[in-house]
Amino acid sequence: MDVFSDPLNVDVYVTGFLWILRLTAAGAFFALVLGVVLAGMRVSPVPVLRGFGAAWVNIFRNTPLTLIVFFCYFGLYSTLGLSIVDDIDMNNFWLGVIGLAVYTAAFVCEAIRSGINTIPAGQAEAARAVGMSFLQTLTIIVLPQAGRAVIAPLGSIFIALCKNATIVGTIGLMESSNAMKELINANGDAVIPIFLVFAGTFAVVLIPTGYGFGWLANRLAVKR
Amino acid sequence: MADEALIVLDKVNKWFGPLHVLQDVSLSVDRGEVVVVIGPSGSGKSTLCRAINRLEPISSGTITFDGQPLAAEGRALARLRSEVGMVFQSFNLFAHKTILQNVMLGPVKVRKEKPAAVRERAMSLLERVGIASQAEKYPAQLSGGQQQRVAIARALAMQPKALLFDEPTSALDPEMVGEVLDVMTALAREGMTMVVVTHEMGFARHAANRVVFMADGQLVEEATPAEFFANPKTDRAKDFLSKILTH
Repeated sequence: MDVFSDPLNVDVYVTGFLWILRLTAAGAFFALVLGVVLAGMRVSPVPVLRGFGAAWVNIFRNTPLTLIVFFCYFGLYSTLGLSIVDDIDMNNFWLGVIGLAVYTAAFVCEAIRSGINTIPAGQAEAARAVGMSFLQTLTIIVLPQAGRAVIAPLGSIFIALCKNATIVGTIGLMESSNAMKELINANGDAVIPIFLVFAGTFAVVLIPTGYGFGWLANRLAVKR
Repeated sequence: MADEALIVLDKVNKWFGPLHVLQDVSLSVDRGEVVVVIGPSGSGKSTLCRAINRLEPISSGTITFDGQPLAAEGRALARLRSEVGMVFQSFNLFAHKTILQNVMLGPVKVRKEKPAAVRERAMSLLERVGIASQAEKYPAQLSGGQQQRVAIARALAMQPKALLFDEPTSALDPEMVGEVLDVMTALAREGMTMVVVTHEMGFARHAANRVVFMADGQLVEEATPAEFFANPKTDRAKDFLSKILTH
C-alpha cells in the first residue's frame, strides 16, 4: 500500500470522494424535490400536468445517464452557453448535478407514485370530505404517508445515485473514478490495491447506508 | 327561507358504465331532520349518500345544499364539503396523525382557525364521544368503535350543517355497534340534520324522523319509521323486512 503513503495520492483520493459526496448530496436533494413534484403531477386531475410527468419519466428513465450528463456538458454548456459559475470545476459539478437530478427524479417519482397507490382511497376521500383542496389532500394526507411507505426503495435509488455520480467524471470532474484512473496511470504496479481501496470505500459507506434506510423505513412505517 | 329544505335531490341519475345505480331519485331533507336510508345491498343507498357531497359525481339531475346547487370540483365544492360532515364505513381516520390531530386538521387547515381555539373544541368533542383520554394515540391503537367515534368528532369539529353516515356500524364488531349508535342517537336528539345509510333497524325505529327504502337504484318508499315497519306499502319493502325481521 505504498501508493497511499504519499500524501499527494491521499489528497487525490480524498478530493475524489469529496466530489462524490457533494454530487450525491446535491443530486439527492434536487432529485427528491423534483421527484415529489413530478409524482404530484402524475396523480393530479389536470391532464397537461399528468402528461408532463409521464413524459419526464419516460424520457429520463429510458436514456443512459452518460448521455444525459454528456448533454448537460456539450448541449447546455458548450452549445447553449449555460454557465452556472465561473470556476470550471464548480461549473462541471453543477452540470453534473443537473444531469443526476433530472435522471434520478424520474425514479424517485415512480417510487413515490407507487407509494401513493398503497394509500387506501378512503384517506384521500376523508380529506376531501372535510373540504381539503387537491393540493392539501396531497401534501397533508397522501404524500406524508406515501413517503414513509417508500423509504426503503428511495434508499436504493439514492445508493444508485451515489455510484452513478462517478459518471460525472466523464465531463472532467476529478471525482473518485477519475482519481482512481489517475492513480492507476501513475502506479501501474499497484492496480489491484488501488482498485480495492476505491471500491471498498464505496462499499464501506453504502452498506450501512442501506441498513440505515431499512431501519428508518421500519421506524417511520404508518400503522394501519 | 329558514324552512326551506337543507338537502334537495331532484331527479338524480347515476350510471356506473351500463349499471344504472340511481334512477330518478328525488329526496329532500329538512333542517334538523334525521333520514335513515335502508335497503338491500347494491340498491344504491351508499352511492346516494356519497353523491350528496359529490364524492360520487352524478350523471344527471340536481343536488342542492342549503339553497346552493352542488358545484363542480374546485373551491366552491370544497367549501360545501366542509359544511357537510361525512362518516365512512371504514372510519378513514388519517393513519399518520394522532386522534387529536385528526379532529383538529379540518378546522385548522380548511377553515384557517387558530389552533389553540380548535384544540379546546376538539378536546371537548373527544370528551363528548368518550375518547378524550386517547387523544395522543394513533388510529391503529384504537378499537373500531373508538375510531368511528373519533370520525364522528372529526366531522363535528367542522361545525357542519348536516352529517352523512355511510353504513357507520357495518365494519364494527357487534359489541361496539352500541357505543357508536349511542353517539348518533344523541346527535339526532340535539337536532343535527342527518342522512344515515344503515342496516341498524333499531336505530331507524327510535332515532329517525323518516325512513327511506331503496331498491335497485330507486327510492321505493318513504314513511315515518312507525308506519314503515308496521305497514310497508310496497311488496319490495315487505319482502325486505320479512327477511331481516324474522330472525
